[in-house]
Amino acid sequence: MAVKSKEAKPEAAGGQSPHPAALRLHGVRKNYGHVVGVDGVDLTVDEGEFFTLLGPSGSGKTTLLRLIAGFERPDAGRIELGGRDVTSMPPHLRETNTVFQDYALFPHMTVGENIGYGLRVKGVPAAERRERVERAVRMVRLVGLDKRRPNQLSGGQRQRVALARAVVNEPEVLLLDEPLGALDLKLRQEMQLELKRIQKQVGITFIYVTHDQEEALTMSDRVAVMANGRIEQIGPPLELYERPATEFVAGFIGISNLLTRDGIKFVVRPEKLHILLEEDSPEPGMTVEPGVVEQVIYVGQSTRFNVRLDQGEPLVAVRQNTEAADEALQIGGRRIRLAWAPEHTYVLDQQQEPDAKPASVENTKEK
Amino acid sequence: MEGRWTKLALRIWAALILLFLFIPILLIFFYAFNTSNIESWPIAGLTFKWFTATWNDSDVRSALVLSLQAGLAATALALVLGSCAAFAIHRTTFFGRDAVSLLFILPLALPGIITGIALNAFFNFGGITFSIWTIVVGHATFCIVVVYNNVLARLRRTQGSLVEAAADLGANGFQTFKDITLPLISTSVVAGAMLAFALSFDEVIVTTFTAGAQSTLPIWIFGQIRHGILLPEVNVVVSFVILVTIIPVLVAARLTGGGGAARVPAAR
Repeated sequence: MAVKSKEAKPEAAGGQSPHPAALRLHGVRKNYGHVVGVDGVDLTVDEGEFFTLLGPSGSGKTTLLRLIAGFERPDAGRIELGGRDVTSMPPHLRETNTVFQDYALFPHMTVGENIGYGLRVKGVPAAERRERVERAVRMVRLVGLDKRRPNQLSGGQRQRVALARAVVNEPEVLLLDEPLGALDLKLRQEMQLELKRIQKQVGITFIYVTHDQEEALTMSDRVAVMANGRIEQIGPPLELYERPATEFVAGFIGISNLLTRDGIKFVVRPEKLHILLEEDSPEPGMTVEPGVVEQVIYVGQSTRFNVRLDQGEPLVAVRQNTEAADEALQIGGRRIRLAWAPEHTYVLDQQQEPDAKPASVENTKEK
Repeated sequence: MEGRWTKLALRIWAALILLFLFIPILLIFFYAFNTSNIESWPIAGLTFKWFTATWNDSDVRSALVLSLQAGLAATALALVLGSCAAFAIHRTTFFGRDAVSLLFILPLALPGIITGIALNAFFNFGGITFSIWTIVVGHATFCIVVVYNNVLARLRRTQGSLVEAAADLGANGFQTFKDITLPLISTSVVAGAMLAFALSFDEVIVTTFTAGAQSTLPIWIFGQIRHGILLPEVNVVVSFVILVTIIPVLVAARLTGGGGAARVPAAR
């Protein structure tokens, strides 16, 4: 399942020859009373990897992050950082640093003091500390603001301070708990690229928690999709999107069209669907089904068609507006045919459906 | 929306209430400068002679010294116990935590006469001689509460993730306390201490039951009013007590950003 996304990694000096994974989890479990937080997670993250835990709220992704940081102790299982068992090690001794969702900047310290705090408690000499803080301030583009207090900064600037404060310690693993959640869309997209740039620059392993699938796909080398305390699927973004293993993954990442034909449940992504009008004919080998366009939604760069197949299922088709979309907007309410290539469909695990039924209206799944 | 007349009426009403509250206090200040030793209005003339007389009165001096000593000692005790209690309640969760918290606050709400009689009985029962230390213990019962309340309120307002962030950056428990927790709660500790001192400095009832032969300043005043001999000196001392109590209360209100701090002395 775990697909290596990076063959060659920038090698840190020293160490044993077979380099241990940055992070390894074995059967990690954590309950809160009767509520399951994390339910038996196995995971290996390579050094220098940008790894994302993606899932809805309550899926256990933040709990997993807190277990790695050491704020929580697992009920069962083992956590290894750089080959060392740290399961029962308190957070201040772990080689991890966290970027908190609410930033958790110390309000009584300046930006510079905040960033240098980790180095200070570790007894790094003042001269070296100053130099490293300065470098971190430059890296997150906050030059000239290091004498300010956190309450004199904007949300985006605070976010950068939180990042610099963690990165400056050069941890083995950097943990980021929905760090962009509080920022507006534009700033968030800007920071996504910035984070990716910084991660490449410092070469630290990032473990990133988010519920935003687009964010996960944009930044990550690999993504673990979580639900109900378990990992549903691990893989690089392309694999998750193109070949979702479960219905949950298919539904959570992107718009997914779920169909059951001849007892087989499968997914077709909206951009893989062709809309055929009366005069059009499908390319050879394509599956064709008739339906009605119920709604046409113009989204600027693309147009979305909500289609109801004659067999009952609603499907979404998307077309890029490479030309003016005026003509596309005219087909609302018309009968059309949808066509797709069989190689663009992905069959889901059948575990939820032991006895497959023939395709029928009862199997319709509403999104 | 209220009309113009309602607004005006409200303002006059508020002004009347303020006058009602503060005219008696202002009167004391005026009497302290009165040339006559008979309190009548208008005052006969202005003089400083009562100030020199009061300063030279050895009874007043020893009462003042005792009040300061008892106040400082009770405040010190309250600082240690009150902030420790606040930390314990804030940090841990256990069965009956709310009940314990209520028990901490109760001495402030309890009438002074009950605290006084209870302590008096207890000291007699234990064969403890009345001294400055019995006064200190008596005052500490309510001084602890103001420190506890102030510190706990601040701890609750402080972001919980800050302590985690410090640990995450490699600080051990002691470093986290020294670098993060203490600086963040320090003003609330100082405010609590000032309020505690102000409460102790003008306390009469509990002191009456826990003091031995010595008098604190309020007790001395109380005695003089009953005898009615040194009333002008009483006015001087009362003016002084007002200043000594009001300044720390104002400073405390400033440190905690107003609101909660001002309410605490009013509860007693």
